[in-house]
Amino acid sequence: MSKNLNVALIGNPNTGKSSVFNQLTGLNQKTGNYPGITVEKRQGVCRLPRGVKARILDLPGTYSLNASSLDENVVVELLLNKNDKDFPDVAVVISDVENLKRNMLLFTQIKDLNIPTILVINMSDRMNRKGISIDAEKMEELLQAKVVLVSARKNEGIHTLKQHIAAYKNISTAPCVSIAEIDQDYFSSLERTFPNQSLYKLWLVITQDVNFARIERQKMEAHDANHMRSGSFLKRLQQKETIKRYQYINNVLKACYDKDSAKATDLRGRLDRILTHKVWGFVIFFLVLFTIFQALYDWSSVPMDFIDTSFAQLSDWAKINLPNWLAPNLIAEGVIPGLGGIVIFVPQIALLFLFIAILEETGYMSRVVFITDRVMRRFGLSGKSVVPLISGTACAIPAIMATRNIENWKERLITILVTPFTTCSARLPVYLILISLVIPNERIIGANLQGLVLMFFYLLGFAMALLAAFVLHKTLPKKQTSHFVVEMPNYRIPLLKNVVITIVEKTKSFVLEAGKIILAISILLWVMASNGPGATFKNAPEIVAAQAAVTEANFEQKLSAYKLEHSYLGYIGKGIEPIIRPLGYDWKIGIAIVSSFAAREVFVGTLATIYNVGDSEEETIKNRMSAETYSDGTPVFNLASGLSLMVFYAFAMQCMSTLAIVRKETNSWRWPAVQLVVMTVIAYLGALATFQYFTS
Amino acid sequence: MDLTLADLEIGDVATIESFDVEKLPMKLIEMGCLPGNKVNLLQVAPSKDPLYLNISGSFLAIRRETALQIIVRK
Repeated sequence: MSKNLNVALIGNPNTGKSSVFNQLTGLNQKTGNYPGITVEKRQGVCRLPRGVKARILDLPGTYSLNASSLDENVVVELLLNKNDKDFPDVAVVISDVENLKRNMLLFTQIKDLNIPTILVINMSDRMNRKGISIDAEKMEELLQAKVVLVSARKNEGIHTLKQHIAAYKNISTAPCVSIAEIDQDYFSSLERTFPNQSLYKLWLVITQDVNFARIERQKMEAHDANHMRSGSFLKRLQQKETIKRYQYINNVLKACYDKDSAKATDLRGRLDRILTHKVWGFVIFFLVLFTIFQALYDWSSVPMDFIDTSFAQLSDWAKINLPNWLAPNLIAEGVIPGLGGIVIFVPQIALLFLFIAILEETGYMSRVVFITDRVMRRFGLSGKSVVPLISGTACAIPAIMATRNIENWKERLITILVTPFTTCSARLPVYLILISLVIPNERIIGANLQGLVLMFFYLLGFAMALLAAFVLHKTLPKKQTSHFVVEMPNYRIPLLKNVVITIVEKTKSFVLEAGKIILAISILLWVMASNGPGATFKNAPEIVAAQAAVTEANFEQKLSAYKLEHSYLGYIGKGIEPIIRPLGYDWKIGIAIVSSFAAREVFVGTLATIYNVGDSEEETIKNRMSAETYSDGTPVFNLASGLSLMVFYAFAMQCMSTLAIVRKETNSWRWPAVQLVVMTVIAYLGALATFQYFTS
Repeated sequence: MDLTLADLEIGDVATIESFDVEKLPMKLIEMGCLPGNKVNLLQVAPSKDPLYLNISGSFLAIRRETALQIIVRK
């Protein structure tokens, strides 16, 4: 077997790097994580001319090799480590024809690492409109590299790119800039200490942030305290390096690049005047949000109903038709409803990812960051927190991952901590069933009362997130100021292929991740509900049969109720009943709450299991719940206890996956622990206050 | 008093004079914020914070606190 060719795609954000990746690999790609960190790793396979296969690695977007975030650091670490199995045989640097000068800074850095490098000038279809002309041959000669004009949008130039990749051995590896010229003394002394090594690589290792590349740095410090100088000395040298690189780039571009500004059209300016306007900018933003929320509900109800009925039918079918050795009851009552509980969210989550992908691809998201930054900062957040808070309405997990581009650690931490307050899609089924139980289906001034209550809980989530952020802002110590630099990309029409691939990949990983947990919990629940300690459970049929009120007709029902009460699960529920009594819940609701501490969406499924729906008659879970009464005849689910439950679910931290992702992103168990304790206490007190207010 | 980037009005074009390299993020410098380069203030959010700039062909937004560190000449 011949060795596969390793290709790394590198480039600034907003250069259409993902589009080039998608064009090269199609759906032949997979997304994973770099080991130990949650930075997304996209890889794909591409067939080159003459039957060569290339493994394409889409590295995170970066502005330079001086990494300032975890994502950017991945790029540097890979390029410095020749032994990494992903180390590229050839680097493809993607640039945008309109930001060529700035994009080429990264190109010169990569080339100075002596890796064969191809410069892709993407979006070449816009050249005419912008009055740009490029002499690519001259440019190749000056850069001593391959230059390809590509339009990923129109699939132009991709074939030429593939040919150049296949012929990578012919590409010169001569550096662009001699790093030693920046400071002769410093670098000649460095060379004496480490002879026969690339000075630029040494320089990169020295200048990496303390947090990054820690191991190599310690190694160096041990050998060579001489070159570790103060931070300001190194930063001044870095500035000199940047100036030097721009001089080189300007010289190259002078000879082969021309822009006739008279021909350029100014779409950006015209759109920006409205979209970033002090008043209209906000009005449009709220209209966009309003449209998204409306569409989320209007467009998803049909597929959600379909999924709901399909899973119910599947469950019935499994109960009757599965062979005994497959434990049909476990599958029909535990696994299938559990999985149905997660699959039902797919339409909404896919829609939300669709909208977020469109907002990001068009460049509008950066404008939202710009107009909201000041307001958000009052709450200790950043304009960049808006994206996670909006994404949080689908799921907190991708939302928390989206906080990575917030440079200021305190702002990022606060965003991570408060994001779980936003109403995620897992809370929705809980709200929907409780609202339909305890809120009358009436109209108030033309508006549906149930709809208003639902909207109120969404607003409550956002308000709580902002309030919590404000409290954290005032209590957390202020660390060093870190800076806020947001690129404002050009407006673009989203590429259908990119949007579709994003939706498919993100939805798939959500379902698989959540599916694993729910599967495990539903099996555990089922086992704990169908087994119990001692003789009271084992002899259940005899005990129930001996009861006075039992008839032939209601025997099965009484038996299962008795069994549940004396199962392990029943004892847990009874055990916590004294704690939840003041909130207006009985032990069965207690079981549902305990089981949904791993994932909120389990709530409805658990109640379905507990109330044993469909056991005797064709009853829906809603009817069973509304028929539940205490011994004195008052309904278990009334206005007070229903609202109290919703408040509890609005505030409580009931999602193991979120806690796990917070642990990963903050690199400590401290913050998820704080989240779990504080949010649960707030939920308890809020629910207590609600119940007491509505019962008195 | 030196004129800083934060003192510009929308539409103004100025030349970057100097700044303390320690007080600016490397990313901003790499995006073209270097002495001698032209900067154009395109738009400001409420309270003139953040500022939306075109620095030597790069379109970006920075906060007022950062803009105050950059001395410019009209």
